[in-house]
Amino acid sequence: MSILIAEAMTGGYGGADILKDCTIAVEPGQIVVIVGPNGAGKSTAMKAIFGMLALRQGRVRFDGRDISTLSPQQRVLEGMGFVPQTHNVFTSMTVEENLEMGAFIRRDDFRHSLEQVYALFPVLREKRRQPAGQLSGGQRQQVAVGRALMTQPRLLMLDEPTAGVSPIVMDELFDRIIEVARSGIAILMVEQNARQALAIADMGYVLVQGSNRYTDTGAALLANPEVRRSFLGG
Amino acid sequence: MNAWLNRYIGAPALFGLMGLALVLVGVLQSWSLALTIMIYCVVGAVMALGLNVQWGYAGLFNVGLMGFAALGGIAAVLVSMPPTVEAWQAGGSGIIASVLLSLATLAVALLVYRRMRRGRARLYTMALILLGGYFLTRQYFDPAVKLIEAVNPAATGYLGGAGLPIMLSWVVGGLFAAGAAWLIGKITLGLRSDYLAIATLGIAEIILSVLRFEEWLTRGVNNVNGLPRPLPQEIDLQQTAWVQEWALRLGMTVPDLASITVKLGYLALALAVLLLMFWLAQRAIHSPWGRMMRAIRDNETAAEAMGKDVKGRHLQVFVLGSAIVGVAGAMLVTIDGQFTPNTYNPLRFTFLIWVMVIVGGSGNNLGAILGGFLIWFFWVQAEPIGLWLMNVLTSTLPPDYWLRAHLLESAAHMRLMVMGLILLLALRFRPHGLIPERKR
Amino acid sequence: MADLLNALALLTNFVLLPAAAYGSQLALGALGVTLVYGILRFSNFAHGDTMAFGTMFAILLTWWLQAQGVSLGFLPTALLAIPFAILVTVAFVLLSDRWVYRYHRAKKAPAVVFLIASIGVMFVLNGIVRFVIGPGDQNFADGQRFVFTVAQFRAYTGLEQGVAFRTSQALTLATAVVIVAALFWFLERTRTGKSMRAYSDNENLALLSGINPERVVLITWVLAAALATVAGVLYGLDKGFRPFTYFQLLLPIFAAAIVGGLGSPLGAIAGGFVVAFSEVLLTYAWRRVFEYLGPEGWAPEGLMQLLSTDYKFAVSFVILVLVLLIRPTGLFGGKST
Repeated sequence: MSILIAEAMTGGYGGADILKDCTIAVEPGQIVVIVGPNGAGKSTAMKAIFGMLALRQGRVRFDGRDISTLSPQQRVLEGMGFVPQTHNVFTSMTVEENLEMGAFIRRDDFRHSLEQVYALFPVLREKRRQPAGQLSGGQRQQVAVGRALMTQPRLLMLDEPTAGVSPIVMDELFDRIIEVARSGIAILMVEQNARQALAIADMGYVLVQGSNRYTDTGAALLANPEVRRSFLGG
Repeated sequence: MNAWLNRYIGAPALFGLMGLALVLVGVLQSWSLALTIMIYCVVGAVMALGLNVQWGYAGLFNVGLMGFAALGGIAAVLVSMPPTVEAWQAGGSGIIASVLLSLATLAVALLVYRRMRRGRARLYTMALILLGGYFLTRQYFDPAVKLIEAVNPAATGYLGGAGLPIMLSWVVGGLFAAGAAWLIGKITLGLRSDYLAIATLGIAEIILSVLRFEEWLTRGVNNVNGLPRPLPQEIDLQQTAWVQEWALRLGMTVPDLASITVKLGYLALALAVLLLMFWLAQRAIHSPWGRMMRAIRDNETAAEAMGKDVKGRHLQVFVLGSAIVGVAGAMLVTIDGQFTPNTYNPLRFTFLIWVMVIVGGSGNNLGAILGGFLIWFFWVQAEPIGLWLMNVLTSTLPPDYWLRAHLLESAAHMRLMVMGLILLLALRFRPHGLIPERKR
Repeated sequence: MADLLNALALLTNFVLLPAAAYGSQLALGALGVTLVYGILRFSNFAHGDTMAFGTMFAILLTWWLQAQGVSLGFLPTALLAIPFAILVTVAFVLLSDRWVYRYHRAKKAPAVVFLIASIGVMFVLNGIVRFVIGPGDQNFADGQRFVFTVAQFRAYTGLEQGVAFRTSQALTLATAVVIVAALFWFLERTRTGKSMRAYSDNENLALLSGINPERVVLITWVLAAALATVAGVLYGLDKGFRPFTYFQLLLPIFAAAIVGGLGSPLGAIAGGFVVAFSEVLLTYAWRRVFEYLGPEGWAPEGLMQLLSTDYKFAVSFVILVLVLLIRPTGLFGGKST
């Protein structure tokens, strides 16, 4: 059973519809990437799945349950982790406190998860007592992802995680994302760097003007001449 | 449709209600009282108009109105009271010397600021100059003040005024307030709303402190009584033939008619000012200048991007609005005939005027005026109504029960509570006030 | 040597102790303001009158206790009244949130609206306090007035100048230390406290982390009310209670909070002392100190008072404007927007 099916999403921010009959599905342990030109509605789709905007039509089902009416906070409790594109860390709090806040909804002993995050992102262990605001862009992204991981999600959603980071950092980040997926957590990612993202994707959704244009495995999309010409710069 | 109804039927209806209330006061209590209330309502409306110019046109959160009103008030004193010749002879030169010295210090400091490069050296030099200038000035200032205050302290003890007609102070008061507003605005207008609020609150406190404690200038808490009156006094009118004749004809007592006539005179003066200000304000808002102000208010970043000098415009509005409040302050002191620094209570002045503007309709001149009338009327009448209410409520209790006495005494404080409740209710249920701004 | 000690004694008596006590009172007040600002994101103009309200209740309860013959020996009876006064103030503040602020929060109103609303609450509080206890001065301090008096100090040290340590000053300092320590422990070491810091830091992310906003708001008001009450009672014990004075304290309290950086608790405390010491240092008459420190027989002309005490509010104000112009985020980098 898919861990996430968002079917026939139609809606916007109150005015015209940005998403038109858009469908996204994620299988457990998969890395799914949403790409497309600017204004295609990628971030909007992500926000709709997370419940940050109301859909006029369509449903979102998570692990079989219809969660279309749940608020984002409730979806976090269901097992969805979300890493926003900006303002995704508590800048005045230390790295460790950020991770603690990630585990806020958990009532159990989360030290094991903390160790896992530190194992995944060793630099965070080094800097755990530093305020997150003092870290570099790439390190901050790691804190942001770590914070979301502390909620023990079954699906981790990332909104343009490599926006504004250098290529080396981007590679490292993608490596980590692969590791997270390997541990059984499904990943749904919106990315601007389409080529690199599709290279690690199990499934790719190309959105144009709010609708699905191409849906295929990452490798297939990369090989698709039309996709390459339109979105990957040949 | 709704807005049209609100504006063309709502507004006159509310004003009509206001008029009715005043008539009721006249009938139930006394016409003299009704007129007095109305005069103060008009002055309050002028103040509300001044605030509305700042808040409605430019969104400036000025919580220092009390200071500007006080500046207008002191203008009335400084313009109209006769100069105390002895005091001038004793300490006048010292004061002039200190003024010149402080100006010189500021000028030198400004020069240093402009000429020297940014950095520690400049900061220290300026600090030194200012400190040195301050101490030097004090050398002349302190002895002069002592001498001035020693001149007949019971009656004067201060430098006095210019001995000019008091009506001139209505203009001078506006100028004083405008000057202060320009200075303050230059320094603080870049700040965000709540910071500006605190800053202006502080300024008002400082202005009040100066007026309260610099006795050589203002007599301080000894107050200045017996300001020259622009209109004849009631007592004098009682002697005139035509008043006595008309009193007979109208079936009133002579003192009553005299009092009413004088009050009508003041009312006419105040209304003239209000109407003039209102006309000017309405002209301004319909002019290209007004449109630009509204554009800036509605979207400041866009306006700045288009090259509009937002700061400059804000300063203009701040100065204009404060000037209006200054004029009202002068009016108030003129009508009262005395200058009492201790009556300038921030609750009664600044915050009350804010309630007027919020309740009446922020951004709307007519609304501000209506708000001025309504709120002031309520403020004044709340005490008698409160007392009456308390009497009714406690009529069942024995006459010497402590609660009864306490409640009756405290009726005056009820109005603070009620005023607060009115503000909160208005904010919640009619955030655009009684007369909403017309959408253009 | 004796001269130096005498000068120090003078400074301690007229500058150090009063400024430290006043600074602690301002710090406690500023903490309340800064918490509300950081978490609820508006400047609460009603805070001064909230302090008056809490103190008023403490006073009424103290009078009742005194009438019953209860006393705390050398400590003021008012200390017993504080917990109950806090409860009542908390209740009032929560009610005001429920009836006033919550509506505007739901409407996502701009901060200015909250400010105006707090002015309305201020009016109401003002009216209530004056209605219940009147606008005049009230005295409610009892117990031993001095920890040691000037005479005792002089007898003990043999110096010419004495230092008096008032009980109210000692209490203020001790209470402030305890409360600040407790507050910081709460904010830094407990899960709830950290969630409040997180909420203050980044509201959206805090919501995403499952932090309950209503609970955070509740705790903020509780803390603010408690701080206001304690600050108010300490100030009242030290300097007497008059409703209008508490309104006037708004300016130095906000100055303190802004100087330290709005939203930063550490800043509020630092700011409180900066403002208090500035006010006292600038309005103190330095003449006698200079007499001791200067050469034998030399006495400076005049009082050597930089600013008359009448202008002490001017000091807070100038500090405030300077900070806003030069470093708007304050000493400890609070929020500026």
